[in-house]
Amino acid sequence: MTPVPRLARMSAITRAEVAHLARLARLDLAEDELDHYAEQLDVILTSVARVSEVAADDIPPTSHPVPLVNVTRPDVARPGLSRDEALAAAPAVEDDRFRVPRILEEQE
Amino acid sequence: MSTPLERDLIRQSAATLATAIAEGELSAREVTQAHLDRIWEVDDRVHAFLHVDAEGALATADAVDAGRAAGDPLGPLAGVPLALKDILAMKGVPTTCGSRILEGWRPPYDATVVERLRAAGIPILGKTNMDEFAMGSSTEHSAYGPTRNPWDLDRIPGGSGGGSAAAIAAFEAPLAIGTDTGGSIRQPAAVTGTVGVKPTYGGVSRYGLVALASSLDQAGPCARTVMDTALLHAAIGGYDPRDSTSIPDAMPDVVAAAARADVRGMRIGLVRELSGEGYQAGVEQRFREAVEILEHLGAEVVEVSCPHFEYALGAYYLILPSECSSNLARFDGMRYGLRVGDDGNASVEDVMSLTREAGFGPEVKRRVMLGTYALSSGYYDAYYGQAQKVRTLIQRDFDAAFAQCDVLISPTAPTTAFRIGEKVDDPLAMYLNDVATIPVNMAGNCAMSLPVGLAPEDSLPVGLQVMAPPMADDRLYLVGGALEGALLDRWGHLLIEEVPSL
Repeated sequence: MTPVPRLARMSAITRAEVAHLARLARLDLAEDELDHYAEQLDVILTSVARVSEVAADDIPPTSHPVPLVNVTRPDVARPGLSRDEALAAAPAVEDDRFRVPRILEEQE
Repeated sequence: MSTPLERDLIRQSAATLATAIAEGELSAREVTQAHLDRIWEVDDRVHAFLHVDAEGALATADAVDAGRAAGDPLGPLAGVPLALKDILAMKGVPTTCGSRILEGWRPPYDATVVERLRAAGIPILGKTNMDEFAMGSSTEHSAYGPTRNPWDLDRIPGGSGGGSAAAIAAFEAPLAIGTDTGGSIRQPAAVTGTVGVKPTYGGVSRYGLVALASSLDQAGPCARTVMDTALLHAAIGGYDPRDSTSIPDAMPDVVAAAARADVRGMRIGLVRELSGEGYQAGVEQRFREAVEILEHLGAEVVEVSCPHFEYALGAYYLILPSECSSNLARFDGMRYGLRVGDDGNASVEDVMSLTREAGFGPEVKRRVMLGTYALSSGYYDAYYGQAQKVRTLIQRDFDAAFAQCDVLISPTAPTTAFRIGEKVDDPLAMYLNDVATIPVNMAGNCAMSLPVGLAPEDSLPVGLQVMAPPMADDRLYLVGGALEGALLDRWGHLLIEEVPSL
């Protein structure tokens, strides 16, 4: 099969790329973690990139081990969690609701 | 005066204990209490449990005793206690998944597996230690400290279900529940000299199982004998409308298969790719001896090739991180679990990032970032897309092999238990422990690990893996039961009886 052109570049993941991934994944990594993970992710990605050796252009992808079918149930109301049960494990509660941090930027 | 059964109570099989309880020779309370006493006695050294629910377990035991006194019919495992992996939701009982981010969380509902255990009258002793969110092969990635292998306390009990396997091997429980995404039931079984089964995907409900990789996760039974494993498998398995991937067809009769324990006329395939380089000499030796026994018992053993298995590990470490990065996005510190940095000024994104940084350990962070990478635009086709195609090829390898053979076998893990600390910061070395178990998760079929001896070089347990087609879980028990019986004849006891006393 034709080699995937990005592989050569992908085999060297940079510290800046790790910082970007951490932002996307909502992980506030420390500086020393960035270095450590850059090194480790590079080793792992280089190893798993072997999957590109397999000639599979005409092979259908499998997302799931058994064929997925749509599963429905009768549209009958069933009891769910009570308000108190749902809020029991919340980190913060206010007025019988989940209290969450600011979701808008201050200037907005 | 105590009977031999009472003196050796914790060393008995679940089947023996269930019969003794049903016949009134033992009460469920004394059986449960004996295991709780054992936990108090040894678990400071083994650390199999993250939480012990003595009150709840004894209440279930008392209900079984009361039911028996009233003449109610008892299930086949009624009163026999069990250790539950801390990744299954149990109402009102702490469920951490081995993570700081869920420290102190008490689920408001029961997993289906837990419901079925309760319905079967099985007292749940507590929650067992595990690699954080089931990511690991040694239980060292638990935020609450490692579990130790009862065969050698300086060694790992496997993972991620090391707590469940160690609890059984240390006679803290005769039964346990594990979950297996890439080998987390089978590899711990192999390195602790116990039995574990990953059922067919869809065979046991995932409702209430905290998701790691939804297309790979499967809960299953762990025990010290093949029959006990079958009894537990039957208790937890079967259709559940609350899991959209649950298989509606009737489960095969695994208990009858364990009782039949017969391989005469079976064709057993040796998977060529799951041996050789990387496999410890003593592991291969004990495996070969077990193959000879199977032939002697009347099975025909042939070699088969599954050429894409060598790519399974790479494909798995693209698919699993991709699914886990998505599944673990729910841990955002908003509705339950840890919240860090909420000072009234920080934004929701800041709080999420601070919470996840503080709440997740290193292996979780590695895999979440790997998955984020594999799913990002520009890399998706080359990584995740290609891995899904390899997954198809692995399924086809299995299909071709099962067209020739009834079951396939291999060593469960390439080595015996390694030392705590040896691989903890070397992810690739850790990942290689699952090289023989991962193909089954990728294809969704079923597999068992059972002990076949101690490796001569280190006197540590070796496991043999039996793999069967989807929904042919009964074949695992036919083979496992036959092999266990032959080894029992040869040794005069189960391998686990050689475990050092703690």
